Amino acid sequence: MAKLRGTGIAAVNYPTGMNLGGDPSQALIHATTTGTFVISLSSTDLGQGLKTVIAQIGAETLGVPFENVLIDTADTDTGPHCMGTFASRATHRVGNAVIMAAKEARKVMLEVAAEELEASPDDLDTDGQGNIYVKGSPERKIDITSVALAAHFKYGRSISGRGMYIKPKSPVDPETGKMDPDSTEAHACVVAEVEVDTETGEVTVLSLKSAYEVGCQVNPALVREQIIGGAFMGMSHALYETTAPYYPSPDHAPGSFSEYVIPGPHELPHIESVVLEYPSVNGPYGVKGVGEMTANAPIPAIINAISNAIGVRLTEYPVTPEKILRALERSPKLKQPAQTGA
Amino acid sequence: MSEVTSAVARDVKKEFHVVGKSVPRRDGVGHVTGKTVYVDDISFPGMLHLKMVRSPIHHGIIRNVDFSAAEKVPGFVRVLTHRDVPKNIYTILCLIGVGPDEEPVLAVDRVLYKGEPIAAIVAETEEAAMEAVSRVRLDLEELPAVFDVEEALKPGAPILKPWGTNYFVYEGHHCRRVRFGDVEKGFAQADYIIEEVYNTSPIEHAPTETTACVAKPEPDGRYTVYTNTQALFFTMDNTALILQVPFSKLHFVGGTVGGGFGGKVDVIVEPIATLAAMKTGCPVKFKYTREEEMRVSSTRSAWRMYFKDGVMKDGRIIARKVISYADSGAYNRHTPYAVTKHAANVAGPYFIPNVYIDAYCVYTNRQPASAMRGFGVTPASFAVECQMDKIAETIGMDPWEIRFINAYRNGDMRPHQKVVEDATLIEVMKAAAELAGHQLPEHLLKMHSWDREKA
Repeated sequence: MAKLRGTGIAAVNYPTGMNLGGDPSQALIHATTTGTFVISLSSTDLGQGLKTVIAQIGAETLGVPFENVLIDTADTDTGPHCMGTFASRATHRVGNAVIMAAKEARKVMLEVAAEELEASPDDLDTDGQGNIYVKGSPERKIDITSVALAAHFKYGRSISGRGMYIKPKSPVDPETGKMDPDSTEAHACVVAEVEVDTETGEVTVLSLKSAYEVGCQVNPALVREQIIGGAFMGMSHALYETTAPYYPSPDHAPGSFSEYVIPGPHELPHIESVVLEYPSVNGPYGVKGVGEMTANAPIPAIINAISNAIGVRLTEYPVTPEKILRALERSPKLKQPAQTGA
Repeated sequence: MSEVTSAVARDVKKEFHVVGKSVPRRDGVGHVTGKTVYVDDISFPGMLHLKMVRSPIHHGIIRNVDFSAAEKVPGFVRVLTHRDVPKNIYTILCLIGVGPDEEPVLAVDRVLYKGEPIAAIVAETEEAAMEAVSRVRLDLEELPAVFDVEEALKPGAPILKPWGTNYFVYEGHHCRRVRFGDVEKGFAQADYIIEEVYNTSPIEHAPTETTACVAKPEPDGRYTVYTNTQALFFTMDNTALILQVPFSKLHFVGGTVGGGFGGKVDVIVEPIATLAAMKTGCPVKFKYTREEEMRVSSTRSAWRMYFKDGVMKDGRIIARKVISYADSGAYNRHTPYAVTKHAANVAGPYFIPNVYIDAYCVYTNRQPASAMRGFGVTPASFAVECQMDKIAETIGMDPWEIRFINAYRNGDMRPHQKVVEDATLIEVMKAAAELAGHQLPEHLLKMHSWDREKA
């Protein structure tokens, strides 16, 4: 018996968004009397932080503080259509829709501010701190609340905007498969280091070191959470998870978390990652999608590392201890210990 | 324990006020303190509970269903069968033209997987609903079942679909095809032919919050449905079509989901719970148990992928043929589209001049597969990257070098005839190697994704 170490790599692409029958999302923005901006959507936050990053994108384009932006989602009576949160599409699609709506609302906001400041709207800018000022003479400024109050009670202007983003339908050519199925591609490379216990067949993932290229990050902490959460899910897929342990046999289907094995926090490996930012051509502020891919790249990296450790190529996941023990019987690396009768 | 750093590349200008900043997640405190309201926290006076009578067998004919003992359970309110569902046979992608309809909301005369819903019981409490379900007497005639994707395509396999095959038909074809260059010519020129078969398992999404909804009749004749779907309008529109009610009769509320991963883009609990609310006039909750989530709800599909690559001594892959089979389980759900997405990505992030892909969506007597994080690309990335290591080993090349040599670059044509315009595979490989302390040779460090060096 021995503990064998191995290293494996994987390099992957991941497409942002889908395109089945056209892939749209919409956003509506309006300002309240006191300058709170409400972004109405019907988009879903799965826990990844969509409501937060969309508020950031809205605040940036409007030029108002993050705290002034509220996300109102998801209600089909009040929120305009969104295809849904899947296919690593939400930040890209909804973000683009919000930028369009925010630009329209910002235009009205600057026009009202221009009236109040007796300046041209073209000469105005926002400071992101809640003020609109005359470029070149920052002391001539007005706060957002005053602008919103003036818009409502003095000028009768609606500070609001409509936004829509669509990836148009691109049918697949049935003969050649020619298609335009996505908007951009994110990339990742993972280096996995594992240790295999040849007596029990158990694998310890020692480290996952990776580089992700996800376009520009709207919120680096949330990207980091995706990378760490995805690494954990990928590791779990590679080593543990299945609803059919003896696939294709349907027997022994797990019905609870005591049978469906998922690693615990103490099994989290050392994770290090570097994020590269190459802006996408069509994402809001250059983003691509990071949601799904972080669970993909670790799987082949871990499995290649196990193959490297034991000297047998593994071709299916999950790589359970049983599969490793069976593979070890074919391993040239273990011939020596086996003959000496461990 | 973990460390993620950012390196700003190229000409990204960080002159934003809030984009690019790690502002705290707004709903984070609610999530970690248990204050966030999820669907199961929603309750109304007089709310009823729905539970499903499910098939105990993988494949069979329904001879008779006897509810007489169930009806005697205290708290029993009513039963719903396929006769109560206005448009019982549906397919969830019908809104964007995918067909034909093939999945029943409630089984009619046949069941195709263990756990398939046969009838819905509505009762005053969850316990009464479960008790009544346990007293329903099913008279089923078991039929031979098929669980293996290739067995399902052989002559003599039990046929599961009314159109007479066990595969989804893509515009007249058995499978989703990709044809690029001349793969046989590539094999003839290759120094090595390297083949392998890769398999993946069906996987559960395992969300913290199970699939659930509450449907509530409103005084104005509309129905409000509180749901944890990942796609609010998609679910509402499908529900209206299944129930044959005007779209304006429905009002869906959601937006906060305790884990989706693709498992909540099926339209499963909402139509039947809304129907139950219509039939009873009461709010109705339908919440999956953990066992239902694991044994009944959609899984990630299992895949079998046959790879055949033609490789030159210098490491260039000049031909790749892939035959893939996705195990869709008993019904379509989202798998026909997962197969298309797979076909667009199974050549990997590499430039290969000759590619031939046949990707099949196959039906078996298994709980349906559907969308899951990675959706057709997860198995593709797994197989491609294991195959890259096999190629490197076979021809005696370093695993990093084989990937650099073949990496796609901007301007390259992918097999589905889309030009690459945002490649950064070489850049992430260089960054990962550096992070891992692996010294790459000079000729690889000189490479980049922007355009091809002159040969």
